[in-house]
Amino acid sequence: MARAVSVQKKWTYTVLVWIVALLIFFPILWTILTSFKTEGDAILFPPAFFPPHWTLENFTEVQSRSDYFKHFFNSVVIAGGSTLLALIIAVPAAWSMAFSPTRRTKDILMWMLSTKMMPAVGVLVPIYLIFKNLNLLDTLGGLTIILMLINLPIVIWMLYTYFKEIPVDILEACRMDGAVLWKEIVYVLLPMAVPGIASTMLLNIILAWNEAFWTLNLTAAGAAPLTAFIASYSSPEGLFWAKLSAASTMAIAPILLLGWFSQRQLVRGLTFGAVK
Amino acid sequence: MGSIILRNVRKVFGEVEVIPNVDLTIEDGEFVVFVGPSGCGKSTLLRLIAGLEDVTSGAIEIDGVDVAKEPPARRGLSMVFQSYALYPHMSVRSNIAFPLKMAGVSRDVIDSKVEKAASTLNLTGYLDRRPGQLSGGQRQRVAIGRAIVREPKAFLFDEPLSNLDAALRGQMRIEITQLHQTLATTMVYVTHDQIEAMTMADKIVVLNAGNIEQVGTPLELYNNPANLFVAGFIGSPRMNLLTPPPPGRDGAATIGIRPEDIQLSTEAGEWPGKVRIAEHLGSDTFFHIDVDDVGAITARAPGEFALSAGDAVWMTPNPERIHRFDGEGKALR
Ligand SMILES: Nc1ncnc2c1ncn2[C@@H]1O[C@H](COP(=O)(O)OP(=O)(O)OP(=O)(O)O)[C@@H](O)[C@H]1O
Ligand SMILES: [Mg+2]
Repeated sequence: MARAVSVQKKWTYTVLVWIVALLIFFPILWTILTSFKTEGDAILFPPAFFPPHWTLENFTEVQSRSDYFKHFFNSVVIAGGSTLLALIIAVPAAWSMAFSPTRRTKDILMWMLSTKMMPAVGVLVPIYLIFKNLNLLDTLGGLTIILMLINLPIVIWMLYTYFKEIPVDILEACRMDGAVLWKEIVYVLLPMAVPGIASTMLLNIILAWNEAFWTLNLTAAGAAPLTAFIASYSSPEGLFWAKLSAASTMAIAPILLLGWFSQRQLVRGLTFGAVK
Repeated sequence: MGSIILRNVRKVFGEVEVIPNVDLTIEDGEFVVFVGPSGCGKSTLLRLIAGLEDVTSGAIEIDGVDVAKEPPARRGLSMVFQSYALYPHMSVRSNIAFPLKMAGVSRDVIDSKVEKAASTLNLTGYLDRRPGQLSGGQRQRVAIGRAIVREPKAFLFDEPLSNLDAALRGQMRIEITQLHQTLATTMVYVTHDQIEAMTMADKIVVLNAGNIEQVGTPLELYNNPANLFVAGFIGSPRMNLLTPPPPGRDGAATIGIRPEDIQLSTEAGEWPGKVRIAEHLGSDTFFHIDVDDVGAITARAPGEFALSAGDAVWMTPNPERIHRFDGEGKALR
């Protein structure tokens, strides 16, 4: 009896999860399907689910009109660079907060998080002026720095949570074994925190890849990443749904693949603290 | 070499003074045990020696050099933790080799030292396993292996056996004692366990609220406790402390008599009493006896002694084994 109920429950949950997942995934699927339609088919009403005439024309057109690979390269540099930079700063910061906390540690953590509570547009003008004065506008370096800065609080929080799970005894044992600080971090802390660091890294890459506010406001042509590339298709000349979809598909494909292949790592990392 | 001298060591956590002022000399090659009630500062004192905590003031000399400002890595000491604190992501071999690797020892030397430590500790078959695949006793051996390979000036142990079951604890106790005899290296050992303290120590340090109450060999502490605290703390079951002393035993504010120093008889004796509880252990029998005008007394009889709850009994203390204390709790000699 109990067994029948639990099987039924399991099925209900499975079906529910599928429905929710499909709902979430549907816009992405729709975008991808639309990118294979002709402009005419894309605005049919009632809409056709599958493209009536499959075509790759949108992709070739998008590539020839605006250089996809240049934007792709910019996105990789900005997302990868800001993540790496954030980790380099966050690992020691999280280490010190997790393993030698002071009375103020909790306050500092809250303060860091509070910087995420202000809308970005609130600091647009000062940041824009600073960038302008430092000649950082439309440069890869400038964008890398700003994306690192906006994600740093999250990175530090996540690493702090993972580091807290590591028994301090083990680090002390390591010190007794004659390890200096950098060896303690490299040989013991980082290997033990690998799942946490990996998921922090992945999440940060995804956040940086999709970040649109700063990338749109601080770039023109030179350093524009894929987000700016997509935005350029909703232009005054009118909306071209199929081309916009093709551009979006090309922009999200790399990160979608990355997420797909590392989903196990991501899930494990994100639930690491919760289950233990 | 490995003599350790603490001079005026003081430790304050925030507002709380945990170690007010400790002076202590640990000779090279000695096995010193710290005992005391929970929270008295045993671990703190050990961690100060290790360098895992900074002293608030005072000096810690290892072989005559003040290391109070040195980080743990530079003190040349090894530590074995209660939680074992093995590196979970490394094999047993890498765990034991880790201190040597940190010291920059060559590959060949590391291999031979690890093999040697492993055979001393019966770990040879387990070198390629991860700590997670070992039993508690084996993990503790790996922790000891990691401590011995680098030939430290002294070993520090913080309740290393308290996570093991009783039988294994007995066995590891003997192994550590043997290790001390073989290596002849200084060992400082923190424990709660009376038996560990009495059997392993060359010298016991009794701590109470961060102060040293008495330092001495196990039998010195047992036979001549310097004060009421030590008298009550060393020995199990604990010494009977009678305040004020019963009539006819005057001349002290308190007298103490150990359970085994009381002669029991069903016919005659100094104090009449009534058995409240009898504990028959086979090798011994413990009686908790109510005595009029004196209170509760614990007495120990060797072997089996046929008395049960409610029986009347006579007790006579061995006069040579009576401990006398003054009003401040100090022993009168
Ligand atoms: N990091 C710390 N911050 C504040 N107080 C501490 C800290 N470490 C220890 N204490 C306090 O110092 C006192 C002594 O602690 P310690 O761990 O040395 O006791 P212990 O004798 O080892 O006890 P146990 O037998 O329970 O292990 C305790 O009151 C404890 O609360
Ligand atoms: Mg302790």
